[in-house]
Amino acid sequence: MLAGALIAVPALAGALAFLLRDDRLRRWLLLVAALVHAGLTVAAWFHRFPAAPGDWLTLDSTGVFFLSITSLLFLLIALHTAGYLGNEEPHAGTGSQSVFTGCLLLFLSVMTLVELSAHFGLLWVAVEATTLASAPLLYHHRSPRSLEAVWKYLLICSVGIALALLGTFFLMAAVPVARQGIPLTVASLAAEAPGLGRAWLKAALVLLFVGYGTKAGFFPLHTWLPDAHSEAPSPVSALLSGSLLNCALLALLRAQQVAVAAGLGPFGRSLFLLFGALSVGMAAVFLVKQSDYKRLLAYSSVENIGLVSLGLGLGGFGAYGGLLHALNHSLAKSSLFMTSGNFLAAFHSKRVERVGGARGIIPLSAGLWLAGFLALTGTPPFGAFLSKFILLRSAASQGRYGLLVIVLLPVVTIFAGMSAVILRMVWGTVPPPLPGMPGIRRTDESRWMWLPPLVLLLVALGLGIWVPAGLDRVLREIVATLGGMP
Amino acid sequence: MMDTLLILLLLIDLRLLVTSRLNSAIHWAGAQGLLLGLLALNNAGLHAGFGATLLIALTIGSKGFVFPWLLLRALRSTGGHREVEPYVSANLSLLLGMVLLGISYWLGDRLALPGIEKGSLLVGVAFFSILTGFLLIIARKKAIMQVLGFLVLENGIYLFGTGLAPHTPLFVELAVLLDLLVAVFVMGITLFQITQEFDHMDTDQFHHLKE
Repeated sequence: MLAGALIAVPALAGALAFLLRDDRLRRWLLLVAALVHAGLTVAAWFHRFPAAPGDWLTLDSTGVFFLSITSLLFLLIALHTAGYLGNEEPHAGTGSQSVFTGCLLLFLSVMTLVELSAHFGLLWVAVEATTLASAPLLYHHRSPRSLEAVWKYLLICSVGIALALLGTFFLMAAVPVARQGIPLTVASLAAEAPGLGRAWLKAALVLLFVGYGTKAGFFPLHTWLPDAHSEAPSPVSALLSGSLLNCALLALLRAQQVAVAAGLGPFGRSLFLLFGALSVGMAAVFLVKQSDYKRLLAYSSVENIGLVSLGLGLGGFGAYGGLLHALNHSLAKSSLFMTSGNFLAAFHSKRVERVGGARGIIPLSAGLWLAGFLALTGTPPFGAFLSKFILLRSAASQGRYGLLVIVLLPVVTIFAGMSAVILRMVWGTVPPPLPGMPGIRRTDESRWMWLPPLVLLLVALGLGIWVPAGLDRVLREIVATLGGMP
Repeated sequence: MMDTLLILLLLIDLRLLVTSRLNSAIHWAGAQGLLLGLLALNNAGLHAGFGATLLIALTIGSKGFVFPWLLLRALRSTGGHREVEPYVSANLSLLLGMVLLGISYWLGDRLALPGIEKGSLLVGVAFFSILTGFLLIIARKKAIMQVLGFLVLENGIYLFGTGLAPHTPLFVELAVLLDLLVAVFVMGITLFQITQEFDHMDTDQFHHLKE
C-alpha cells in the first residue's frame, strides 16, 4: 500500500505535469509531489519489514535506505530546479518545461520502483525505465554536445542493461526443473538457494555485474558517465550522480543477497572488489587531466562508486562503511553538482581556465564549492572521512595491504588534483571576458541557488559527527543480508 | 519445425553481417523479429492461453513491423547516404561471424536449459544473435546500424527467454516489451535529432566528448 503510493504519487504528478499549461503551477506541482514523496518515505522507515517470497514490492531495510537517499536528494533538487526553471529565459535553445518537469517526476517514480522491487524481472524493467525517463532530461539544453551525450547514454546503458536481462534469465535457468515457476524474487530464490544450479548462478552474477555495473559507472563500463553527467543541466547531474548510480548498486546488492544465500557470497564479493579497485584506480588517471569542472565531478563519481563497491567486496564492517560512503558521496556530490550550476550561470563556461576568483563573483557558491570539495574528499569532520576510514580500517584488519595501497594512492592523487582546480576557481583571478561576451560581474545569488546545496552539506557534516541510532540499525540490517558482520 | 526456424534466424544473423545497404539490413532485422514470434507461437502450441497469445502477437507486431517502420522513417529523414559504412569489412565480419558461431555452438552444447532436451540449437542460436548484435554495434559507423545491432542483441536474449517462457510472469514480459518499444522510440527520436543537428549520422564524427 505504502510502497504503491510511493511509486504512484510521482508517476501521477509526472503525467499531470505534461498536461499543465501554466509554468508556475507546474513548479508547485513538482515541489508538492517531492514533499509528499519525502513524507511517505519517512512513514516507510516505521513500516519496514523483510519481504515474503511472494512479494514483488518490498519495504525492507535495503530498499528503504536507498529510497531515503533518493527522496531527500529529490526534495532539495526539486527546490533548486524550481528556481532554476523560474529563472530560465524561454528561448529556442531549451526544451519545454512541461517535458522537463514531467520526465523528472517519472524519473523519481521509476527510481523508487527500482528501490522497492524485490522481483528480478520487475527490477530490470525499472532500471531500464530509469534510462528512458532520464534521456530527455539530458537533452534539455539543445546542443550537439548534449545530443552526443544522450546517444552514448541511451546506447551504452541499453546494451549494458540488456546483458542484465540475460543475467536475469540465467537466474531463472538456475532454478531446478522441478521447482521452475517459483517467483523470481530475492526471498524465494534465497529460500531455494541450496538447490540452485551453481554454474548458471555464477554466470548470472557475472552478467548482472556487467549489466547493472554499466549503469553504476564501473570502470571500464563507465564511458557514458562523464559525458552524461557533464552535459546534463546541473540539477539533473545532481540527481544522476547522487541517486541513479546508487539505484544500479542496489540492483547488485539484490543479486548479492541471493548469492550469499546460495553460498556464493565470496564469489560476489570478489566481483565487487574487482570492479571497485578498477574504478578507483582508473578514475584517478582520468580525473587529474580534466579541464572541465563538471567532468571532474563525474570522474569523482566513478571513484566513489568504486569505493562503495570495494566496501561491499570487503564485506562485514567494510560493507557497513561502503553503504555509509554511498550516502555521504550522494550528499556531497549532489551539493557540488547543484553549485556547479551556479558557477556555470555566472561564468558561462564549464572550462576550469575560464573560471577564477569566484569568491568575489558568487561568494556563497564559492564557499559551498570549497566546503563541498572538503566533504567529498573525506576531510574531517565530514561524514566521508568516517566512511573512508571504516573502509581502510576494514581492509587493514583483513590483512589486505595491497588493496590499501590501491585505494590510498588514487585517493591522495585525486585530492591533490582536485584541490588545485578548486582553489584556483575560488581564489585565482577573474578571467577577462571573451570577445563578444559580457564581462563577468558580481551576481546576486537567490535562495534556491545556495540553500539546497547547503542543507545537503550540513547533513554530510552531521553524519561525520554522529551516526543516528536508526541509521546504524538499518545499515546493520543490510549488512546482515550480505553475510553479516564477521 | 523448431530447428528450421532456428537455422533461419542464424542465417539472418549472417546476412546482417555482410549486408551493405541500410534499408535491406532493417528489413532483415524485421524478418528476424517475425520469425522469433513464429517460434514462440510454435513453442506455445495450440493450448496457449489468451495472455501468451496476446504477448506473441505484440512481439510480432513490434519486432516485425513497428521497429523496422520506425527505423526506416529515421533513415528516410537523412535522405541519401544508405550505405552501411563498416569499420570492419563485410568479408572480415563474416569471418568473425564464423568464429562467433563456433563459440556459440560450443556454449550452447555445454549449457542445458531446464526443460529443453540436450542438443537443442536454441541456446547456441540465442548466443550467436547476442554476439552478432555486439559485433554490429562495434563494427559499424552508422548510428542506425547500432540501433539495429541492439535489436539483434535483444532478439537473441528474447530467444533465450522463449526457452524459459512458460515460467516468466506475463506482466514482466509485457513490461520488458514496453521498455524495448520506448527505448527504440526514444533512440529513433534521438537519431532524427542527430541528423538534423549534424547533417549525418556517422558516429565516427562524434568527437566533441573525446578524452
